[in-house]
Amino acid sequence: MKVSITVNGTRQEKDVEPRTLLVHFLRDRLQLTGTNIGCDTSSCGACTIHLDGEAVKSCTMLAAQADGGKVTTIEGLSKDGVMHPMQQAFMENHGLQCGYCTPGMVMASIGLLKENPNPTEEEVRLGLEGNLCRCTGYHNIVKSVLAAAKK
Amino acid sequence: MIPAAFDYKRASSAAEAISLVGQYGDEAKFLAGGHSLIPLMKLRLAQPAMLIDIGRIKDLSYIKDGGDFIAIGALTRHMDVEKSALVLKEVPLLAHAAGYVGDAQVRHRGTIGGSLAHADSASDLPATTLALGATYVVQGPKGERLMAAADFYKGFLESALQPDEMLTEIRVPKMNGAKWGFEKFNRRAQDWAIVGVAAWRSKDASGVALVNMGSTPILATSVSAALKSGASVADAAQLASNEAEPQDDLNASSEYRVHLAKVLVRRALEKASA
Ligand SMILES: Cc1cc2nc3c(=O)[nH]c(=O)nc-3n(C[C@H](O)[C@H](O)[C@H](O)COP(=O)(O)OP(=O)(O)OC[C@H]3O[C@@H](n4cnc5c(N)ncnc54)[C@H](O)[C@@H]3O)c2cc1C
Ligand code: FES
Ligand code: FES
Repeated sequence: MKVSITVNGTRQEKDVEPRTLLVHFLRDRLQLTGTNIGCDTSSCGACTIHLDGEAVKSCTMLAAQADGGKVTTIEGLSKDGVMHPMQQAFMENHGLQCGYCTPGMVMASIGLLKENPNPTEEEVRLGLEGNLCRCTGYHNIVKSVLAAAKK
Repeated sequence: MIPAAFDYKRASSAAEAISLVGQYGDEAKFLAGGHSLIPLMKLRLAQPAMLIDIGRIKDLSYIKDGGDFIAIGALTRHMDVEKSALVLKEVPLLAHAAGYVGDAQVRHRGTIGGSLAHADSASDLPATTLALGATYVVQGPKGERLMAAADFYKGFLESALQPDEMLTEIRVPKMNGAKWGFEKFNRRAQDWAIVGVAAWRSKDASGVALVNMGSTPILATSVSAALKSGASVADAAQLASNEAEPQDDLNASSEYRVHLAKVLVRRALEKASA
């Protein structure tokens, strides 16, 4: 089947099998490998992207379900070589260790601040419950999100 | 993990979806948010040959005031139920429970109709709508029928829906200020409940339902009967598992589940009686 998905501002029209997962579409068809696959079972959030402005797990969606939609991945955040404030906050606050969970964490965190621009620490922790960090760097991740909220 | 191959059709109305399912028969399945079905398909525990995508039927995503009840379209997503001012005001227990389904990403995609139709006793919304005495609107090739939540759940992942029937609306009676409590016991964030309780109480009535205490969500009628005849919350909570048939699994023995149910029912009712 044909799908047409606007990814990071560029319209992408591709022929896909209906069973193509959105994350495979992004990684394998568009070579946007910034979006990671961690658990592949909807639990870890490494594959989090934005669909029409909302954080979703791209391993648990078909590309067909995103047909006609607007997708933003981690590659689409920086503007003219300047990182998104959330990316900057992660860098400044040591919000990453190995970096595997980071693209998903950043996407989920941007989604979180969109829905709750001034979260408490507790609300950040709860808001990111769908994202796991295997390095257990949660403390600085939460610090990064709180710092980004202040920017 | 990639699901087994299937064909895909997108329906733009309930009538179209029902006629498509009729055309393809047992091999076809509805796809709503996909947050129960796609994980099962990736594990190949489900292998439908045809998916009918109902996720974009816009006129089945709404929250309306129906007079005595709040009417929620089956395709309304958990996040929209959680944040709806109308649901927060009239059925706060449901808004609260919807906010405890999985995580934010799951709640952006999963729908109330999909959660109920999936009929997982470990899910939060089947028990919550059962406690609240909700009515489900079911549409099939021959028209519409209404079904009480109490008649809907038949067994493990089994509902009273026929394969060519679609859940279209959920009608939840207004709580009219009744107090409520919701307890969800799990060991990891975003997980399903090991045991959960949804409860409300007014001057002369109550509703208590249990999550993950049997193959279906369980209405704890003994607890409500005891409260009605004047028992204390602590005494009524001792009857929490009378109607339940809890199972053993990796998370908990049935014995431990019975213990949890009593404690959680007591806590939920204390909040509902405060
Ligand atoms: C990581 C994760 C954590 C989760 N945690 C929880 C949790 O803590 N608590 C909880 O309650 N749930 C949890 N869920 C499940 C979540 O609530 C799902 O959204 C919900 O169970 C299914 O809704 P859906 O719209 O995604 O349905 P789908 O997956 O699209 O469909 C589920 C089933 O229902 C059928 N169906 C769907 N809609 C209809 C309809 N309108 N009429 C007839 N049949 C229909 C489908 O054919 C399918 O068989 C979790 C899911 C994930 C991935
Ligand atoms: S890879 Fe999608 S949630 Fe883990
Ligand atoms: S930084 Fe290593 S998984 Fe989070």
